[in-house]
Amino acid sequence: MSLSATEIAQAPKNRTEPAGRTRLTAGWALVALPGMLWLVFLFLVPLYAVLSVAGGHLNAVLSTPEPTWNPLQWEMTNYIDVYHLFVGPTAFVGPILLRTMIYVVIAAAISMAVAFPAAYFVARFAGRRKVLFLGLLIAPFWISFMMRMLSWIDLLQTNGYVNRVLMAVHLTSQPFDWLGGKSVTVILGLVYGYIPYLILVLYAGLDRIDQRLLEAGRDLGLSRFETFRKVTWPMARPAVITGLLITALPMIGDYFTNQMLSGSVSTSMIGNVVDAQLRTPSLQAQGAALAVCLLVVLLPAIAFYVWHAKRSGEMVL
Amino acid sequence: MSIEVTQAPMAATPAPAHGADLVTPVVRHRFRGNPWRRPVFLEGFTWLYLAWSLIPIAIAVVFSFNNGKSVSTWQGFSTRWYWGSHSESVFQNPIFRGAIQQTVKLGISVTILTLIIGVAFGIGIHRWRSKTSIGFNFVMVFSYVVPELIFATALFFVFTQLFTGISLGTAAEILGLITWNISWPAIIVMARLNAIGPSYEEAAADLGCTRFQAIRRVLLPMLMPAIFASAVLIFATTIDDFVIVDLLSSNAATQPMSVLIYSSTHGGQSGPQLNALATIMLVMSLVAATVGLLGYRWITRGERGANREDALTTIAGM
Repeated sequence: MSLSATEIAQAPKNRTEPAGRTRLTAGWALVALPGMLWLVFLFLVPLYAVLSVAGGHLNAVLSTPEPTWNPLQWEMTNYIDVYHLFVGPTAFVGPILLRTMIYVVIAAAISMAVAFPAAYFVARFAGRRKVLFLGLLIAPFWISFMMRMLSWIDLLQTNGYVNRVLMAVHLTSQPFDWLGGKSVTVILGLVYGYIPYLILVLYAGLDRIDQRLLEAGRDLGLSRFETFRKVTWPMARPAVITGLLITALPMIGDYFTNQMLSGSVSTSMIGNVVDAQLRTPSLQAQGAALAVCLLVVLLPAIAFYVWHAKRSGEMVL
Repeated sequence: MSIEVTQAPMAATPAPAHGADLVTPVVRHRFRGNPWRRPVFLEGFTWLYLAWSLIPIAIAVVFSFNNGKSVSTWQGFSTRWYWGSHSESVFQNPIFRGAIQQTVKLGISVTILTLIIGVAFGIGIHRWRSKTSIGFNFVMVFSYVVPELIFATALFFVFTQLFTGISLGTAAEILGLITWNISWPAIIVMARLNAIGPSYEEAAADLGCTRFQAIRRVLLPMLMPAIFASAVLIFATTIDDFVIVDLLSSNAATQPMSVLIYSSTHGGQSGPQLNALATIMLVMSLVAATVGLLGYRWITRGERGANREDALTTIAGM
């Protein structure tokens, strides 16, 4: 929310408590109670359920997961299975994890290279046309992810517009099979899917920079590039870091972009593995263990994001 | 200083080269002369980005009106994929129509319920300062940042293994989506409460309001823009949501539009009826966005700092 950053800074730090506050503590607790119960039963308990399924074992007869609800009796069986997905003779997930990392790094880098100049232009130079540009930048945010992927499925068909344009300008003599399990298609799909979120974060961060500081930099003799490097960049860095995390974290868990634009195992990502395991009852417990491992690995990045967003005033806690 | 540098070779070189040497610094100086020149390159790049991000959508909408099965060759205008055939048209084919109804059902019920629970949670936690409230605030923020796939996996197991009375399907989808969205109104309302500060309520108390009156007549009206913005955001994220409903839907009857489009497109399959379905989703989102934008402008009319830019960014959750 745009009002958060500036107005929170102006809000008094040590607010004076309204009289009779202590008596009403119970009242406020009561107002928050439905939400608190909701979060306990439909967020904390589900997280506990994943741990219990992951720490449980397989029903030998039905071949379905049998959760162990007592934490003291949690077993390591499923985690050992997950370990063997990465190390050893049956380790087919190791290369998939590596591929996921490569896809996400490339897609995040392309997204940043495209989003930063566009956000920079709109925040700094759009002038009176700012509302128009901002509306167009925000538009993809309102267009369903599925529709955005579908539009590329249409364009990338063998006889689709992309191939027709490429053939018309003689870049290729025969149509390229974009949708037949190509890494480049999946990476571009990830970029197209997540760049609107990145661009909004970058815009918000860049728009907050006081233009007078840049003018002061120029007045004091810095060139355009130096002003950017010494004034704009240090002030934009928090937004860049937040934006990268907000783009990369969902990309890591993405399984649908890949499934829609490729559907081939040659481009599988870690999200596809979890998805496939959840759809097979005998592998569900393993899927739960893999999800727990994924969460543990991503936890530092999530914690850093929250800490960073709080510190730079992008989130109020 | 630059004159000194260029003068040394000048003496040794013949006249024409000397002239060419002088031109370079002059041109560079004029180039740097106007520090506020229009950044033509950046503007062109931005337009290219916008074209790349929006033209594919426009093409997809156009092909939902194609009079043929192709999504890449135009065969004339027709509304057959929307209306006209029992098996092909999205408004008449029971599977497609069911998906549209499911999306609308989820969108409306989740928005209303999340708003009530989330706004109350935001106000209560903000005013009730204790160790418990700080703890629950932390839990709420964690639900906001946890990756959606892991969140959906957790819900999948709680409904299949623990709360087995609620089987996968519409009820599970609604419960899951409310949990996923609860942080929107909570975070937005808390930010707004921070901005408002305690003075308005104190003034109301000084003027003789009771606690309840102060909340109803002063605080809630001031929170209206935040509540309204979060309603629009919840509705938009709910109808667009995919991962949670994908894992929590049990069969074709409980699949909303996003899941139906996904399951029909595996490995690059497509067809104009999917474009028609996606176009209906687009229209729903754009109607919500327009209502949100106009409504937000109307609610914040006369407020200090209220302008179109603020309305645009707030409605997008920035």
